[in-house]
Amino acid sequence: MRSLISHIFAGVMVMAASNAAAAPPSIITQGKGAALACASCHGVDGAGNAQAGFPALAQLPPAYFAKQIADFKAGTRTHPMMTPIAMAMSAEDTESGARHYASQARPKNEASTADPAVIARGKNLAINGAWDRNVPPCFKCHAVDGLGVPPAFPPIAGQHAAYTVSQLQAWKTGARTNDPQKLMKTVAEKLTDDEIHAVADYLATLGTREKGNE
Amino acid sequence: MNKAIGYLFCALALGGMVSGCDKPPSPPKTTEPAPVATAPAPAPVAVAPTQFTPPAESEIPNNEYGDAVLLGKNIFVNTQQYAKGFVGNGMNCANCHLDNGRKADSAPLWAAYVLYPAYRQKTGRIDTIQSRIQGCFLYSMNGKPPALDSKEMTALVTYHYWLAKGAPTGVKLPGQGYLKVPKPAQTPDMARGKNVYENNCAICHGANGEGIQARGEYAFPPLWGKDSFNWGAGMHRVDTAAGFIKVNMPYGLGGTLSDQEAWDVALFMNSHERPQDPRFKGSVAQTRDTHHDENCLYGRSPEELAASIERKAEAGGEAAAGQTKPAPEQLEGYSPAISH
Repeated sequence: MRSLISHIFAGVMVMAASNAAAAPPSIITQGKGAALACASCHGVDGAGNAQAGFPALAQLPPAYFAKQIADFKAGTRTHPMMTPIAMAMSAEDTESGARHYASQARPKNEASTADPAVIARGKNLAINGAWDRNVPPCFKCHAVDGLGVPPAFPPIAGQHAAYTVSQLQAWKTGARTNDPQKLMKTVAEKLTDDEIHAVADYLATLGTREKGNE
Repeated sequence: MNKAIGYLFCALALGGMVSGCDKPPSPPKTTEPAPVATAPAPAPVAVAPTQFTPPAESEIPNNEYGDAVLLGKNIFVNTQQYAKGFVGNGMNCANCHLDNGRKADSAPLWAAYVLYPAYRQKTGRIDTIQSRIQGCFLYSMNGKPPALDSKEMTALVTYHYWLAKGAPTGVKLPGQGYLKVPKPAQTPDMARGKNVYENNCAICHGANGEGIQARGEYAFPPLWGKDSFNWGAGMHRVDTAAGFIKVNMPYGLGGTLSDQEAWDVALFMNSHERPQDPRFKGSVAQTRDTHHDENCLYGRSPEELAASIERKAEAGGEAAAGQTKPAPEQLEGYSPAISH
């Protein structure tokens, strides 16, 4: 009998938890003060926006998400829009936002209009790298499916090309420096601008994955 | 079960301070006249002046032969999936042979292929490339070697052969094996090695060397523990690991660690427990004395290893002055490859 009650109780708790998970936290939908609602740029589902270059956040490892917010706060990563937003986010906002986006399915992008030859070149870099220049393949660290290796390596498959280009360029020029051990800087600075575009175009063609992975 | 017991025994008996390595090749028994002391040192096996470049992947032919090359490559890159029954840990061949076995100074397959058959001290026989690959499965993959005529072995050899297209046989090509990193100024040290590990390696290989899995597969390989290479693998040697690390680690940052850091972190990595040497027959001391030289921590404390490295360096200096014996790798037919 006690066992039955505890089962029912557990069931109720699970339902309550799943209801809570189903409703996005207010930081996503409402924002808070100077912190615009995350969804206004990144979508409730974390799909981001291809045209505007707002990054997809779906399935970002929570620890990675939290580190980026902390880095914006500390000034070790800067962005005209994200810095003030991060400054206004509490630890709780960060945690609930991270948890929400980690649970979203990776977005499915529109079919790419990029030149297939360019995509093929990007694919080769992502899978094989250019070891003769000490450029490891993207997928050596971001996993063979490009969906990331928590906690430190975020998913890159399905990321919008404009965003991937902007970040690789930022590492290359030194505008972004919050990569651990300069792991991204060392790669980006060896890539030509053409290669950066090719690999970004290829990665944008990937990324349809079911929910459930961090 | 035996493996588990061996593993446990190893870890318990040696308090996690065991690592291993293989005996260095001793001067071979040979019918060729031994060089006399007054003669000039024998010339090393001819070394091709330029870097060998294996064919591009796009050149794999679209026929039955190409199919075998491709299967070999797939086995090599994703051994966990394509040679599942032969692997007993979490490793893939390409973890230690980077760029799918193409990268110089990462034991490239094209350089290995052209050096076999060769006599190896480790096995005490002439090894063919096939039996050499079997050794990889037994030690580095902690598994069960595929049979010589198996589909897997045929595909792997075909992949080796294709990568070596145009390479001269019997020649030690530049980039063969792993770099020999000079002995550092200071004796390799555990505390410094731990520090190097935490600052450079842990982000991918985990705080405890356990590797990192994503979606049920190892995205980064375990460096010690039950899913790593065993005590018979070449990488358990501190000198070999230092050579791999110096050139290749971390990804994209190869060459940035100093020689000292490479030795220190190799010592630290190989001081941890790992699956038992398959040649173990009940006594760590006996296994050590039979199969492990002074380049590893199998049945040996880091302090004992440090002392032996010092002794070896002194002895090496004297031997270099004398030059009475050729190094085994300078003799034709003797594998210059590191023991595996």
